[in-house]
Amino acid sequence: MSAALLEVRGISKRFRGLQAVDNVSFAVPPGGIVALIGPNGAGKTTTFNLIAGAMVPDGGSIVLDGADITGGRPDQACRAGIGRTFQLVKPFGALSVLQNVMVGAFKATADRVAARRAAWEILERLGLAEKAENPAKTLTLPERKRLETARALATRPKILLLDEVMAGLRPTEIDQMVRAFADLSRETGLAILLTEHVMRAVMALSHHIVVLHHGQKICEGAPEQVARDPQVLECYLGHAQAAERPGA
Amino acid sequence: MRASRALGLSPRAAAALGLFLAVMLLLPFLVNAYIVSVLVVVLFAAYFGQSWNIMTGFAGQLSLGHALYVGLGAYTSAALFVHFGLTPWLGMIAGMAVAALAGSAIAALSFRFRVGGVYFALLTIAFAEFTRILFDHFGWVGATEGLFLPVANLAHDDPVRLRGSPVMFYYLLLVLSLAALVLSHSLLDRRVGYYWQAIREDEEAARALGIDVFRYKIAAMALSAAMTALGGTLLAFYDNNLYPDTVFAMGRSIEIIIAPIIGGLGTLFGPIVGAFLLTGLGETMTNLSTYFEISGLKQWFYGAALLAIVALQPSGLWPWLSRALGLWERRR
Amino acid sequence: MLYLNIIVAGLLTGAVYGLMALGLSVIFGVVRIVNFAHGEMMVLAMYGACLANAGLGLDPLLAVPLVTLTLFLLGYALQRGLINRYIARPDHEQFLLLLAVATMITASLLMGFGPDARNVQLGYAYDSYQIGAMLLDKVRLLAAAGAVLGAAALSGFFRFTRTGKSIRACADNQFGAQVVGLDVKRLYAVTFGLGAACVGAAGCLMLLLVDVQPYIATDYTLLAFIIVILGGLGSMPGALFGGILVGVSEALSGFLVEPSFKSAFSFGLLILVLLVRPQGLLGRA
Repeated sequence: MSAALLEVRGISKRFRGLQAVDNVSFAVPPGGIVALIGPNGAGKTTTFNLIAGAMVPDGGSIVLDGADITGGRPDQACRAGIGRTFQLVKPFGALSVLQNVMVGAFKATADRVAARRAAWEILERLGLAEKAENPAKTLTLPERKRLETARALATRPKILLLDEVMAGLRPTEIDQMVRAFADLSRETGLAILLTEHVMRAVMALSHHIVVLHHGQKICEGAPEQVARDPQVLECYLGHAQAAERPGA
Repeated sequence: MRASRALGLSPRAAAALGLFLAVMLLLPFLVNAYIVSVLVVVLFAAYFGQSWNIMTGFAGQLSLGHALYVGLGAYTSAALFVHFGLTPWLGMIAGMAVAALAGSAIAALSFRFRVGGVYFALLTIAFAEFTRILFDHFGWVGATEGLFLPVANLAHDDPVRLRGSPVMFYYLLLVLSLAALVLSHSLLDRRVGYYWQAIREDEEAARALGIDVFRYKIAAMALSAAMTALGGTLLAFYDNNLYPDTVFAMGRSIEIIIAPIIGGLGTLFGPIVGAFLLTGLGETMTNLSTYFEISGLKQWFYGAALLAIVALQPSGLWPWLSRALGLWERRR
Repeated sequence: MLYLNIIVAGLLTGAVYGLMALGLSVIFGVVRIVNFAHGEMMVLAMYGACLANAGLGLDPLLAVPLVTLTLFLLGYALQRGLINRYIARPDHEQFLLLLAVATMITASLLMGFGPDARNVQLGYAYDSYQIGAMLLDKVRLLAAAGAVLGAAALSGFFRFTRTGKSIRACADNQFGAQVVGLDVKRLYAVTFGLGAACVGAAGCLMLLLVDVQPYIATDYTLLAFIIVILGGLGSMPGALFGGILVGVSEALSGFLVEPSFKSAFSFGLLILVLLVRPQGLLGRA
């Protein structure tokens, strides 16, 4: 575990009486693909926001590649090596798709030609090259999600945080995306932390799964192992029954 | 051809720009003194619009108080000239420094306290008005009595001391506006320009891509303020008199921003197109209303024209015009 | 005692400022539009009261219902016919639109009334009441009473009528309001009308205290901005409080420092509040 690329140690976040994230710990090894799953309101997006510097945790620490990045600003987190996407996509609407990705690529280089080349490569990898010159506001929602990913990738992160980028995709598109991410991770050694409701993608892509429920980690392990865990089944399937039993 | 490529223009657009430049260079020889004076007003409007466009068009922070920087540039250089005989070319630099400092301070205070959007716009008005009233009581620069630059009747223009004819100012402003055009283009094509536009479009996403939003916003304000102050120096030496109530007027701030908005906010040529249209419109209305002798008629038509533009071409005339003429400016 | 008189005079004038600013605050709070034509509407109302006085011989106080109704209809029509199309547009387009409206209002007033200042002659203009050592101008007292009544009426409308409650729901959650079937467009128009109505009443009352001429419109717009930001944009008590604060600050600085410095104090206050407490003194965080 000490060789982890990203180490989250007991982070917590409270919003006005609601414990959104409660003492959650997990780790992502170099090149690893870890999925963060759980029902709606489990605290997945808050966890992402804490890691990416969009929110400051009330407690705990976040270590990336040996450096403590807890409580830094989002731009500092990005420069430390965290690339993120937003669940509610945030394209730079008036800029072209290529320019959107170039903004990300400018993190690694101030040279416009180099940034342009890097952006093209990423667009091709994610199948957006044909749309490169279109304004980002003309993209469809699945395309916007891919653009989010492309932009984050362009910052050359050590770890990529994907917040439901498969939502709204057709099954064949999901398989394409899964393949693209798996290739990317294998070829470049990129680590990925993802949240996803599409179980098909989670099972196919991730090496390791962390399950959150009411802000707490209830289980983690290999995909097959997690899928058989009674607690996980209960929180996903037996939600109604579980809620009726006090103390459950 | 290389120059046209560097500006991102099609051959047709490059030809149009070349033609426009040639006409602008020759114009003072072809028209009477009245037209030259109107063209000077056009170029002032274009240049101030270009300067403001960097802050609001590129970086997306609505400033409604740019008269502040006109005034700081004008007063600094004029006061140094009147009191110490300092050449305006050095006074101009001092004015730019003062304006850049003021702009950065205002931006830093606002953005540090997370004042944004409409609140930021109102804060810029407040600082401009506050400064106007301060200058009303600032005896060293003449307070409400005004600050006057000695008018010399020279046989020749004296560019070193910025004393001269409207034609001299016309060419100075033409060069300045061209320089602003080249600078704006080059900024947009660099990392800083991409970052500004990213901030304009979505600050949170910009942050997530590693952009230090605070720093880049302040840089935009400092540059925009300094450029505006440079124009302020020319304005002071062109007008030869400065009154706080006209130099720092809220009306001037508004004038500065109308041209780029109706021309096309955030575009390279919008401020220039807007300046021609607006000044032309204003002059026509003035002439018409003198003819009809009804006070208020000019403003009424002016308002109606603004209304028509915002109703018909809310994103500005240049994007529409460039498409119509086949001079497609790459989307920014 | 002199100080007390000055403070009280400022306080009473400030109540009228408050009613004017209340209109701006209500419009912004619900429609999310910054009414850059607010001062122009104020001046329009003042001329309306002038006309009612010259034509019908009405005291500005009696002209209040007439002018208020006219301004309400005007505001309603303006929002419905023009501004509503720009609600989702960028700030600078809304600014240009309202600037165009403002310019046309001022121009129309110039054409109709000329650039010279006008006022109304009142028989009781110089009457005053003596309470102890305190001297109260009758016109100021009447104007302030009118302003407080106006603000109370508006507050009652929002609290007790169906339309008022709907507007509040709409301000809290526009999408939700649409979901439950409220006619948001109409509610926005009513709101803009109400904001204009505040200005209508404030304009009549203000005419008791000062002269009017077309070019003072911008000053009133700025004044209204200062007040609502001081009090908290969207907060009704905040607008009144801000108005009174500015009224007192103007009166005191005009007396203690120099009359021409009075708006510098207001702008200084504004800058301070924006930096230290951007949500305004009575605004919610």
